[in-house]
Amino acid sequence: MELTAVLQAYPKEQTYLLEILLKYQASKPTHHLEEDELTAIADHLGLPASHVFSVVSFYSFFSMTPRGRYILQFCRDVPCHISDTFSVRETLETLLGIKTGETTEDGVFTLEYSSCLGACDLAPVLRVNDTLYHHLTVDKIKAILAEIRSGSDA
Amino acid sequence: MLEHKLITKHIGNIDPLSIDDYVGVGGYAMFKKALGMTRLDIHDAFEASKLRGRGGAGFPVAIKLMAMAKETRKPKYVICNADEGEPGNFKDRYLMENNPHQIIEGMLIAAYATGSSHGYLYIRGEYAQSMATMQQAIEAARQAGYLGSNILNSRFDFDLEIRSGAGSYVCGEEFALLESIEGKAGRTRVKPPFPTAKGLFNQPTLINNVETLATFPVIIAMGGEAYAKIGTPTSTGTKLISLSGNVRKKGVYEVPFGVSMRKIIEELGGGVGAGRKIQMIQLGGACGPIIPEYMLDMVIDFERFEEFESKTGAGAIIVIDDRHDMFAILEQVSEFFTHESCGKCTPCREGNVHMRNVLRRFVNKTATEQDLLMLENQARVIHQTSLCGLGQTAPTAIISTLHYFRFDYLNRIEDSMQEVA
Ligand SMILES: Cc1cc2nc3c(=O)[nH]c(=O)nc-3n(C[C@H](O)[C@H](O)[C@H](O)COP(=O)(O)O)c2cc1C
Ligand code: SF4
Repeated sequence: MELTAVLQAYPKEQTYLLEILLKYQASKPTHHLEEDELTAIADHLGLPASHVFSVVSFYSFFSMTPRGRYILQFCRDVPCHISDTFSVRETLETLLGIKTGETTEDGVFTLEYSSCLGACDLAPVLRVNDTLYHHLTVDKIKAILAEIRSGSDA
Repeated sequence: MLEHKLITKHIGNIDPLSIDDYVGVGGYAMFKKALGMTRLDIHDAFEASKLRGRGGAGFPVAIKLMAMAKETRKPKYVICNADEGEPGNFKDRYLMENNPHQIIEGMLIAAYATGSSHGYLYIRGEYAQSMATMQQAIEAARQAGYLGSNILNSRFDFDLEIRSGAGSYVCGEEFALLESIEGKAGRTRVKPPFPTAKGLFNQPTLINNVETLATFPVIIAMGGEAYAKIGTPTSTGTKLISLSGNVRKKGVYEVPFGVSMRKIIEELGGGVGAGRKIQMIQLGGACGPIIPEYMLDMVIDFERFEEFESKTGAGAIIVIDDRHDMFAILEQVSEFFTHESCGKCTPCREGNVHMRNVLRRFVNKTATEQDLLMLENQARVIHQTSLCGLGQTAPTAIISTLHYFRFDYLNRIEDSMQEVA
């Protein structure tokens, strides 16, 4: 989506800053925000650019480096941690050949930590963009990755 | 029956997205009833109900409603806190995804009682499904004339919008939440003034948790006195429990205050897996105490929660069986707070990193007696000197284990010395 289209979808008020940033970032295949875009958003809302930069650096959802089309977030908090009979992180790192925080070379996947995903009754869980996968097993993780790969290359 | 379904009564019997289903089971009738009551009558009902907030701190609802009623400045706002970032809690998600209209009805009653014209539902960014469900429900309510201006020809105006969080736990804290809605980084404010006096955009603002607001229609329906008869004299009504960890049947259960944790774990959760024993539980979430198995006969009520000086009142029970190393769990908890500290004040920003590093030495069996003393000291300082509830409650798990599991610390130090030798 064009930045101007996103800006026009909201009233020109500071209170919509997070909504604008979230919406725009989600619309980009790289799931990241660039300096000149932040400056444009700041100008549009009549805010100092420094304010917008500080907001972006505060919230963990925002990134200023390009990420994959699919962001895989696994939870590391106690309810998930003690429900693991295997390590979700290690499984993902091995299957993807990257470390947490990195993006695969083909630009399809970024692997990230997330604080509790609020689905501890379904643990262990994995969030892929806006979709939640639950009751993970090693096989299930393999299937999820394969499904995304086949869909995204088509 | 251990379960007592008041606010979850309709869940499972209605299509969450169908406003007709909700109206069919008596939905929005309590808002209509409230419209026919005076604001004082509504206030009296809440006072008699002795309802306390379900977001963790357990603050009496009637006091906030009264403070709001006294404010003459307009506009006033009602905010539903659906940030639910505390690890181990998922009851607000359960309510939003299974009965969204009840939350809207609760917000309508709150808005009418306080003379508020605009509402916000602040939902954590991770809850995409909850946001979609709530958004659809809001649109349906607007279509049906329950939101907007001159609602049901009562000359009462109220509308509601969703705001998304962006992955910050501290934004569940009410002042940080306000900052976030205003389009700022979620760093807390120094209080007082409280939000009822100076809240969103410096206007009078009522902030309540999802579960608290979902209880509003129930109290209007049954009356405050009848509600107060459920539970215990000081902790009235029911509580949603998010049960997770090493139990067979994880999930959300609604129980009256005053039932024991053991009953919840054994009878509702089906106990731990075959051949396993409960080692400990964490109560409330990452900010809550870790307590030993022998204390499970303790009942769920605010007075017990308060002994731990933490906002345990959100109602999570994380069951930990005997396979797990306590120190690995504490390290995980500490990692969470290190990651989520907003950095505004030093004890929390620096202290959590230090505590995590010390805990790592316990995990790796390189800890010394000096580490134990240091940890004890740091935990106390962080608890006492941090600016907001995040820092104040970050050391709760450590403080509680230093108390209940002191031998485990000493044993681990001894193990460490043997490793060295
Ligand atoms: C670090 C921190 C995180 C919090 N997170 C939440 C939350 O996710 N949801 C919530 O309702 N209250 C949360 N609270 C409590 C709120 O500050 C506030 O007390 C609550 O929303 C009031 O609603 P209640 O009276 O209905 O419980 C948090 C508090 C702190 C200090
Ligand atoms: S206690 Fe922690 S989260 Fe709270 S204001 Fe201080 S640094 Fe920020």
